[in-house]
This record gives sequence, structure tokens and C-alpha cells, in this order.
Amino acid sequence: MTLSWYLVLAAILFTIGAVGVLVRRNAIVVFMCIELMLNSVNLTLVTFARAGGTVDGQIMAFFVMVVAAAEVVVGLAIIMSIYRTRRSASVDDANLLKY
Amino acid sequence: MADVLPAERLAASGLLTWSWLLIALPLAGAAVLLLGGRRTDRWGHLLGTATVVASFLIGLLCTFQLAGLEERSAGVDLFTFISAGSLDVRAGLLYDPLSAIFVLLITGVGSLIHIYSIGYMAHDPGRRRFFAYLNLFIAAMLLLVLGNSFVALYVGWEGVGLASYLLIAFWYTRPAAATAAKKAFVMNRVGDVGLALAIFLMFSQLGTTSFEGVFGGVGSLAGGTVTAMGLLLLLGACGKSGQFPLQAWLPDAMEGPTPVSALIHAATMVTAGVYLIARSAPIYDLTETARTVVMCIGALTLLIGAIAGCAYDDIKKVLAYSTVSQIGYMFLAVGLGPVGYVAGLAHLLAHGFFKAGLFLGAGSVMHAMNDQVDMRRYGGLWNKLPVTFVTFGLGYLALIGFPFLSGYWTKDAIVEATFDRGDTLGYALGGIAVLAAGLTAFYMTRLMFMTFFGRRRWEEGVHPHEAPSVMTLPMVVLAIGSVGAGFALVQAFPLSDWLEPVFGEPEEAEHVIAPLTIGAVLVAVMVIGAFLAWLFVGRREVPVTAPVRVSPVTRAARKALYADTINESLFMRPGQWLTRALVFFDNRGVDGAVNGLAATLGGSSSRLGRTQTGFVRTYALGMLGGAVLVAGALLAVTAG
Repeated sequence: MTLSWYLVLAAILFTIGAVGVLVRRNAIVVFMCIELMLNSVNLTLVTFARAGGTVDGQIMAFFVMVVAAAEVVVGLAIIMSIYRTRRSASVDDANLLKY
Repeated sequence: MADVLPAERLAASGLLTWSWLLIALPLAGAAVLLLGGRRTDRWGHLLGTATVVASFLIGLLCTFQLAGLEERSAGVDLFTFISAGSLDVRAGLLYDPLSAIFVLLITGVGSLIHIYSIGYMAHDPGRRRFFAYLNLFIAAMLLLVLGNSFVALYVGWEGVGLASYLLIAFWYTRPAAATAAKKAFVMNRVGDVGLALAIFLMFSQLGTTSFEGVFGGVGSLAGGTVTAMGLLLLLGACGKSGQFPLQAWLPDAMEGPTPVSALIHAATMVTAGVYLIARSAPIYDLTETARTVVMCIGALTLLIGAIAGCAYDDIKKVLAYSTVSQIGYMFLAVGLGPVGYVAGLAHLLAHGFFKAGLFLGAGSVMHAMNDQVDMRRYGGLWNKLPVTFVTFGLGYLALIGFPFLSGYWTKDAIVEATFDRGDTLGYALGGIAVLAAGLTAFYMTRLMFMTFFGRRRWEEGVHPHEAPSVMTLPMVVLAIGSVGAGFALVQAFPLSDWLEPVFGEPEEAEHVIAPLTIGAVLVAVMVIGAFLAWLFVGRREVPVTAPVRVSPVTRAARKALYADTINESLFMRPGQWLTRALVFFDNRGVDGAVNGLAATLGGSSSRLGRTQTGFVRTYALGMLGGAVLVAGALLAVTAG
């Protein structure tokens, strides 16, 4: 089997994630879409590591996972506090930072 | 380079070293009265008078000592006034015969007028302020004539300008007085620019401003520079002395109290221009052009003043135009050069006496007539105000040149010297001087008839009474001066001998026309002028309101030959237009550019700010778009 199927899958996942970030309102869903994009990138890294026969890409994927975990902690905390103050998890309601 | 100090050569000794007291005393008087406030109200006028009288006594003693000196010139070095780079101005005094006659005139007439003012201003709430300003004036005027450099002269020059401004606007609640003061101030500044430029020119060309340094070095300068210096000094003199084209402020200055008109605007300050030119004689001796201009301006002004004097009904304005005209005579004389200086200064001194006396007399008449100045409202006052009538009458006879009174001797000398030039210009200017002598007789006789003779045209409720003796006494003294000064200065103790150290040996003039003929012509012209005044004014009934249907000549004379109109249309209106154009340019041009730039930036920033919606997905789209662009660019580069 060729590696391109993995890459195509990764591209599809990334696209789904990107579109999700752009079009969804619910903060949790947007967050999950971001995770989806990160993991599609992980898949790409692992694929290329496999193709190249080195472990560089796999190590990189671990780093991404660590960063993603940290990001989830911070991000969910922010979403929680927004929800507490505004009784809503919609990202469109958190639009105070503007002109 | 340092100024060569006259003090080093001819240092004053004895009492003359104290001549700075002349200036310091009135200055201290002014300071006490101005700083002391209401506490000094009760005795302020006495202190003010005492300082000036003391100055007069010191001046007398100094002059006696000066007369005994061999060199007849004494310098007093006081302190360093300005020391900056190569400019080193020492404040010092120069007491020489020329300063001495001015010191005596200023403090002498000044003392009399201070005494007169005690009576004249007795009921004025601002009497203390009045005496403070008068003292300030005396101090500044003495500095003007005693300073030993052009810078010291300039300080005094501006000081008298300030005092004149303050005193014209003494009754500052009257709009007319406030306007007149501003007019005087502005027109004087025009002249002062000339004087300042002349001093700059001296410093840039000679590196010094002291009289000795300038007069010593002026011979080495190019002719054009000396002429420029002379003309700039003349501009300054014209401004201060109310000469053409800056004569219009002087008649308006009559808005001030009458003693001020007598002291500042007749006897002393307005003659400062004549002093300046006489003092600068070594400069004028080198430039025929500037001297000719001085003469022509003098002749023109004396004619303008005499014509305008014939038409006014305001007694003080008639006297003011007469002053303008008489100073014209002095300018004409000093413009003649060495032959004329002494004649001009003799006329100046004699004029100081009789014109101050005439103004004090006018003040006495106004005092009696409830401050009425319109001569059409006078008439028949001769037996109501006998002392005023006699003293005023003597001043009048002296002014018109009645034989053997002051004006006769001094005016005669000027006219003689003018004709002695022998050329066309001499005849033309001499002719003008003779004509103006006739006009002088006309307008002064008209004034006498309208004021003291004829029917009583007084307003209701006016009860004329003679002034108190504190006012009549100075008038009597000045009247004696009016009678005797001319004879004393020209015949008995010739001024030319006294001034010989300043202007050199008086040269024997070659007479083109016999002096006797000129004297006879002047007297004849005077009699004709006086007769015409009787013909037109004296024998007829004087209407209480001025006739409206008059000849164009009278109309022009009433407007002082349109001097104000010309000034307004030539300088004031274009100035206003320029100001308005500049204000428009400032508002629209400069402010427009600055405000426009600010508005553009502000507007575009607020318009750009609209793109910040606050929606997370907008920013996410931006990031995605940016990433795609970068990726695309990378691909394009690597593929290419």
C-alpha cells in the first residue's frame, strides 16, 4: 500500500477541522476541530517518518501531543470561565475585543 | 572695542559728578508715588514738585560750574550698561552746553508746570498718578539729553514715549483719550524704528555708539552710509517731533490734561527731534542730502501746521498745530547746517517759554469754562480772566513775532539764515517760512478774538473765574520768559557764544537780503495776517456752530489736509487687508493642512477599525488565508 492514502486522509481530516473552526459556533466543537487539525498533522508526520525510515517525525508527533494536551487544559479552562460568566459557550458571544 | 570715554579726557569734577542726581531725583519721586500707593495721596504732588525743583536747582549750579570750565564739557562715567562681545556700552552722562540748555528748559519749565498742576489737578482723583507720570517723564527726558551715547539717548527716548503715552491716556476711561494715546504710541514707534536702525548702523560701521566715538569716526565712512544714518535719525526725529509725515498724532495728543500738553507736547518732548539732529551735527555736516531733506520736511510741516491751525475750533488743537508748525521752523533751521543750529535752538528755547505759557493759559480758560475747549463757546473773557488774558496775550505776541518779543528775534534769525543760502531752495523755503509767519499771525489772532473778545457765547451755567495763584504764578513767569527770552538769547547773552564748544565758532554769514528788510517783511506779513483775522473773525459775529457751507480749502484745513485720511488709506487699510489675508491664510491654509491631516488619519483609522469584528472565526480565517498564501508562495518558489 502506498503512503499517499495516509496523506490524503490527513488532508481530509485537516480540511474538516479547518472548516469546523470557521463555521461552528459552539466553543467545544471548535476546540475539537482544532484537535482534529493537530492530529491530521501528526498523521502526516508519522507517515513521512515511516517513509523516510527515521524517528524524527514520530518524536515531533509526541511534541505536538504534549503541546496539544497543555493547550486543552488552558483552552477548556477559558471556555469554562466564559460559560460561567455569560451562560453560553458560543464563540460569537465572546466578541468584546474589537474596535 | 571699548568706547572711548569722554570721561577719561574730560572727567567731571565737583558738583558736576553729581549730575546723575538730576535724573535720579525725579525717578525716585516717580517710584515713591507709584509704589507708595494711596498712602502718598495727601503729599504726593508736593513731593513730585519738590524733586523737579531740586533738579532745577542742581541743573542751575551744574551749569554755573560748567560755564567756569575751560573746556566747557564734562563727562560722568556711571557703570557698564551693556557688555556683550565687541559691544560695550557704558552708561554715562555728558554735561555740555547743549545738554545744559535742555536741562534748564526741562527742569525750569517742568517745575513751573508741576506747580501749575497742583492747582489744575487739585480735584482730580488721579492726582498722585499724574505727578508720578510727570516725574517719570522729567527723568526720562533728562536722560535723553544727558546721555553720552546714542543708546542712553534711546533709553530716554523710549522713556519719554512711555510717559507721553501714559499721560495722553491719563483719563483712560474716555475712549478718545485711549485712542489718541494708542495713535501717539504707534506713530512714535514708526519713528523709533528709524532711530534704532541708525544706532545699528553706527554699531555695525563704527563699532561704537558713544557720541564721541561716532562723531570721531563718521568722517571715515562712505557718503552713502552717512546719508542713510542722517535720514534714519531724521525719521526718528520726525516721529517724536510730530513732523511730516508723522505729524497726525500730536494734535490728538491734546486729549491729555493741559499741563501735559504744555510740558510734553509743546515745550520739551516734541523738541527732542530737534535735539537729536543738533546733537548729531557732525553726521549732518557730512551729508548735504540728509540736511536738504531735513529742511524740506521742516518747511513742509510748518506750512501744514499753519494751514491746519487756521481752521480748528478746539483751542488746544489750534495750539497743537501751532506747535507742529513752530517745530517745523526749528527743523528748517537745524537742516541749514552750522549757520542754523543756534537759530533753531534759540527758537526752541523761546518756543518752550511762550508755548508752555499759551497752553497753561488755555488750561486756565478751560478751567474757568467747565473744561469747554470749543472756542465758539468762549468770547469776551478778557475782563473775567485778567491775568490769563495778559499772560496769554504776551505769549501770543511772542509767538506771532511781535517786534522785540521772543518770537521776533528767533524766527527772524531762522528766516534770515534760510535766505542766506542764496540759492533757489533757500528762496523757496524762506518764502514758505515768511508765508507761514503770516498764517501764524492769522490763526493766533483768530484764537485771541474768539476767546477773549467779541460777544459772550458761553454755555448755560458757566461762571468764569480767575484761576488760583498757584496756577497764575507759573503763567506770569512764563509770560516774562516769552517777552524776554528772545532778546536774551539772541542779543544780550548770545546763545551762539554759549554753544560755541559744541558747534564751533559762529561764522559771519553773508547776507543776500539785508536783515532789516527781512525783519520789516516779517512784521508786515504779521500785521497783514492779524488784520485778515480781524477782517474775517474779529469784526463779525462768531457763529456758535461751525458753518457747514465752506470752501474746499477750509474743508481740507479742517481735516488737517487729510493727513489722517492719507495715513488710513495708505497704511492702515492695506495693513488691515494684509492682516485679514494672513488670518485667512492661517485659518484655512496652515490650520487647514494640519487639521486635514489629522482628520484623514483619524477617519481612516476608525474605518480600518471596523474590520476588527471581535468574531474568533474572522481571525481564524485570516490565519488560514495567511498560511495558505505562505504555503502557496513556498510551493511556487520551490517548484520554480
